Amino acid sequence: MGQKLEHTPLHAEHEVLGARLVPYAGYEMPVQYSGIIDEHRATRSSVGIFDVSHMAEFRVFGLGAFDFLQGLLTNDLHRIDDLSAAQYTLMCDESGGIIDDLIVYHSGDLEYLIIANAANHETDFEWMKSHCPTDVELADESERTALIAVQGPNALEVIRDLAGPEFEVPDRFHIGAAGLDGVPALIARTGYTGEDGVEILCHADNAIAIWRLLLSFECVTPCGLGARDTLRLEMGYHLYGNDMDRSVDPVTAGLGWTIGKDKTGFVGAEAIVRIREVGPSRKLVGLTVEDGIPRHGCSVLHDGTEVGKVASGTFSPTLEIGIATAYVPVDVATEGTEFEIAIRKKLARAIVTRPPFVKKTSL
Amino acid sequence: MYPKDLKYDKEHEWVRVEGDIAVMGITQFAQDQLGEVVYVDLPAAGDEVVAGETFGEIESVKSVSELFSPVSGEIVAVNDALDDTPETVNASPYNDGWMIKVKLSDTSGLDGLMSAEDYEAFVNEA
Repeated sequence: MGQKLEHTPLHAEHEVLGARLVPYAGYEMPVQYSGIIDEHRATRSSVGIFDVSHMAEFRVFGLGAFDFLQGLLTNDLHRIDDLSAAQYTLMCDESGGIIDDLIVYHSGDLEYLIIANAANHETDFEWMKSHCPTDVELADESERTALIAVQGPNALEVIRDLAGPEFEVPDRFHIGAAGLDGVPALIARTGYTGEDGVEILCHADNAIAIWRLLLSFECVTPCGLGARDTLRLEMGYHLYGNDMDRSVDPVTAGLGWTIGKDKTGFVGAEAIVRIREVGPSRKLVGLTVEDGIPRHGCSVLHDGTEVGKVASGTFSPTLEIGIATAYVPVDVATEGTEFEIAIRKKLARAIVTRPPFVKKTSL
Repeated sequence: MYPKDLKYDKEHEWVRVEGDIAVMGITQFAQDQLGEVVYVDLPAAGDEVVAGETFGEIESVKSVSELFSPVSGEIVAVNDALDDTPETVNASPYNDGWMIKVKLSDTSGLDGLMSAEDYEAFVNEA
């Protein structure tokens, strides 16, 4: 309310491109340029680029960096002992509530780079700081860092073209340094669309140069947060704030796979063990809806009784039907179970469908 | 953008009066704000609409909006083609993207509607 919205380093570019700008996580962000469906399809068939500079970047450095993060995050950090490796992981509180979902990159010796959700920027940093030992340096790099996602079946061709013949594109979930037409950047082979591609980290001052280099390719379409949301939901990827929050634990959220096998001693570990012993009472399921578009907050009914609410819901531009996620009791969470979703005045039939909703992508 | 022969309301619907029949749809401004329309929910022919009340819903990927009738009367035709090709509302909001035709029960309500010029000024203010 009355709070001034932040701008990413690419804000003026979005205005020139005629983007529709909306407030998101304290930033004024492009929700679409030509249209969500257009941009969605461009990403699935060619290349979409997304300004996601609103996201937070933290650098963790020092002799104690490994132990610090191993004790704070759910995934086993040993899995990314190799330099340049990355992993998806969660940060939980003592009761197992999810504080945020993150990607951790083993960016250097004694150094890790973390990408976090914009909406959790302050919360994450304060939480990490409060747990940070004296032999670790924790730096918030968000202000000077821009992040551009380049996603789609032809994304790697664009990167190869810009980085030159010497550059070897990192393996999936790895990161490497490159010069994009001479502009220094980190190239992370990660994304949130279900397509192959990379996320480019660069200094804020170089963001416009890289954005324009990318747009100089005919196959590249600028995409907003609208398409980013439909793309991620077609894959069943979780969105913090919709599909999980502090009131949900990783097991219930269907993210048990992010907990290191036999890993103990991290914040939330004991609570998660207890939840696993008892078994979660609810589960996040995928739903497909032929007749209507489910939205966040819509009631989900089973045999006429409300059993949950839609967590994420949208129109799938690929399947041309409604798709959603919802927390429902485990006994009705099996594939094929029928629900009804109250879409305003109507009840639409919804069927439990195991994500990803879209099976065939370039990934 | 806003054809001169149409009347407009503040909910961004347009009306074309042909005798005692009013054809209606949403404006260029409205379709642009909504983005790609993926779903149009319209009543059936024979239903009554009342000026100022909702008669249906229009949904884009990102949002859903109610459709308000600028006039009162009985629906005599519905653009069923929008069921299969809702994107027509984006491509042709004033022609192929029309929504319903209403036999006016009372034409007095038309006086309260805006001209193209007034509507354009209204939109630019918003």
